[in-house]
Amino acid sequence: MALLLKNARCVDPSVGLDAVVDVLLRDGVIVELGCDLTVSKGETVDLVGKVLVPGLVDMHVHLREPGQEYKEDMQSGGRAAAKGGFTGVLAMPNTKPVVDTGARVSFLLEKAREVTRTRVYASGALSHGLGGEALSEMGDMIAAGALAFTDDGRGVQDDGMMRRAMDYAKMFKVPVLSHCQRESLVGAGVVNEGLVSTRLGLAGWPAAGEEVQIARDIALSELTGCALHIQHISTAGGVELLRRAKAAGLPVTAEVTPHHLFLSEDDLDETYNSNLKMNPPLRTKADCAALTAALIDGTIDCIATDHAPHAAHEKALEFELAPFGTTGLETALGLVLTHLVATGTLSWQTLVERMAHAARRILRIEPVRLQAGSIADLTVIDPEFNWMVTADGFVSKAKNSAFIGRELKGRASHVYVGGYASLDNGVVVV
Amino acid sequence: MGALSCEHVLNIQDLSNADIMLVLDTARSFKEVNERTIKKLPTLRGRTVVNLFLEPSTRTRTSFEIAAKRLSADGINMSPSTSATVKGESLVDTAQTLDAMDCDLVIIRHRYAGSPYVLTQNMRAHIINGGDGKHQHPTQALLDLFTIREKFGRFEGLEVGIVGDIAHSRVCGSLAPALTALGARVTVVAPPTLLPACPEALGADVSFELDPVLEKLDVVYMLRIQQERIEQSPLPTLREYARLYGIGTDRLARLKEEAIIMHPGPVNRGVELSSEAVDTARNLLLYQVNAGVAVRMALMYLLLGGDKDGLAA
Repeated sequence: MALLLKNARCVDPSVGLDAVVDVLLRDGVIVELGCDLTVSKGETVDLVGKVLVPGLVDMHVHLREPGQEYKEDMQSGGRAAAKGGFTGVLAMPNTKPVVDTGARVSFLLEKAREVTRTRVYASGALSHGLGGEALSEMGDMIAAGALAFTDDGRGVQDDGMMRRAMDYAKMFKVPVLSHCQRESLVGAGVVNEGLVSTRLGLAGWPAAGEEVQIARDIALSELTGCALHIQHISTAGGVELLRRAKAAGLPVTAEVTPHHLFLSEDDLDETYNSNLKMNPPLRTKADCAALTAALIDGTIDCIATDHAPHAAHEKALEFELAPFGTTGLETALGLVLTHLVATGTLSWQTLVERMAHAARRILRIEPVRLQAGSIADLTVIDPEFNWMVTADGFVSKAKNSAFIGRELKGRASHVYVGGYASLDNGVVVV
Repeated sequence: MGALSCEHVLNIQDLSNADIMLVLDTARSFKEVNERTIKKLPTLRGRTVVNLFLEPSTRTRTSFEIAAKRLSADGINMSPSTSATVKGESLVDTAQTLDAMDCDLVIIRHRYAGSPYVLTQNMRAHIINGGDGKHQHPTQALLDLFTIREKFGRFEGLEVGIVGDIAHSRVCGSLAPALTALGARVTVVAPPTLLPACPEALGADVSFELDPVLEKLDVVYMLRIQQERIEQSPLPTLREYARLYGIGTDRLARLKEEAIIMHPGPVNRGVELSSEAVDTARNLLLYQVNAGVAVRMALMYLLLGGDKDGLAA
């Protein structure tokens, strides 16, 4: 069946496109771009005033299935992704049980195909059981379709083990995604170490606890030649390490989350809002500024949400007991549009690069381009839509957003995955 | 007769300077009551006061319990072994359960910072923070302020040194900002391993050494070194700590003539204070304990809106 997307402003820097053109899809593929296209048999959608871009990919998402379906599952997480404008997400392996075998990767991918139109990509555990001590069966997981390996959530502590894991992963030509947290420095830290940890009497999570590990992993990337991707980078010092590694030509990339860009430790107050408890923690305003600058100049490759759904009763605990994390799938695009694109800080072209192209490149996924022959994974953005983030407004099972109450301008209106809508005029399909 | 500007006392900053003075003045009246043979007033008769102590405590809990009894309130004690938290009940559910029983005032002691705020969101009762994690312990600060004012008659211009484990001290977290707000000058004295990341946030100056500041101090406030923390090795040995920061014969002799020693208790004799420094008349440790009952009576009375005319009855 054919689908004609008419009158949208189409933006794709990878083919040098920024113009109002019509896009014709057939059998899951873009077949033609041009002016005043018509289709005799098929559906036409008028997208005047909207912006059509290659489908967004979030390479850091916790779907919680298997094992913690009360927080989120692949269906609800897939729906949240569609609502937020994403055509694909990379699922983290820290489920219960951990995704550390080929069979579990297969389960994940098969189940996802059954329950959601959103493309779910799989990452596997870097170490067996996320224990940080023994290699996981990476070869089996690669054969089952895993795209990357990570001990997200804990991070491998032992330097020798990390070196072996990167050495081993290298032969599969996939990146190792690193959660950078030196536990002996971080200890029981729950907020950035500094003014706010002192004022609130909470254990500090120092910037050095992240930077020491980033420096180590960059050195190991140089030693092993393994592609390294720094997850949720949060400090100005980390950005400098990354900048130097890239200047030296090392195969190092990084992501930043919307919460590290748009929130700081100053947002924590005597109400101890546990939705602001993050790992790594919200840092200083100066860190936010350094992260934004690095995102714009390309030192940071992409935006990823670290979508971390939790049940209400878990986040209602005392701050020190509540789990880390915020949801992110449904707010990321609106936040970036409101705070970076509308303000002129980030161009539309760069938005597409950081939210669509970069993750596919890092994960070696076939690129999506606005040109004939490309897979029709597309996101349509309504830049004028005003909305407020509310707990009731989420399609995710979880309501633990750090951004509740924030007024945003812009959201995804339509999402197409392989030519089929997963979001239609703001409403999630399937 | 004034009233407090706040409904709850979670942080010392909830109280304005005027509030603090009101509490201290009211406490002075109660202190007289406590010196009588019959130490009981009908002021809070029929009111229900819950001591929700989710972390072991003897001194503070006993002080609140006596305070409630002397005001004729019905006091209930919940300790870790009797509270439902050992059965896995969340603090929110504990709060809602107590609320369903129509409590008027809850004093909470908990090892997690910010937990008193959770109660305010789930109960109608007034809440007093009896110590939350490493955050604050406002009633300790109030009884310390009472003691200092009774001794010096003022705060303005006083030099106060708070010595010891500042990083883990909720006592310092309330006392230092209160003293600063009232015009005293506070210096926290500790090795860097026992200081928080930003001691300036407490409104205090910082000294790694005790000796250079000792002789200017009007108040030497010694914190307890928690022996269990030594395992996390912020200090090589207690012996070295005592040598660098402890008050013994030599340092006692160097104190200003009017200077006092204070301590929130319990003391480790031979560590932060030698026995001589515990037992000297200039150590007001037991005066603090005594004042604690009166200050807590005052706070309960003011929060529950008793009227001062009934006080002298």
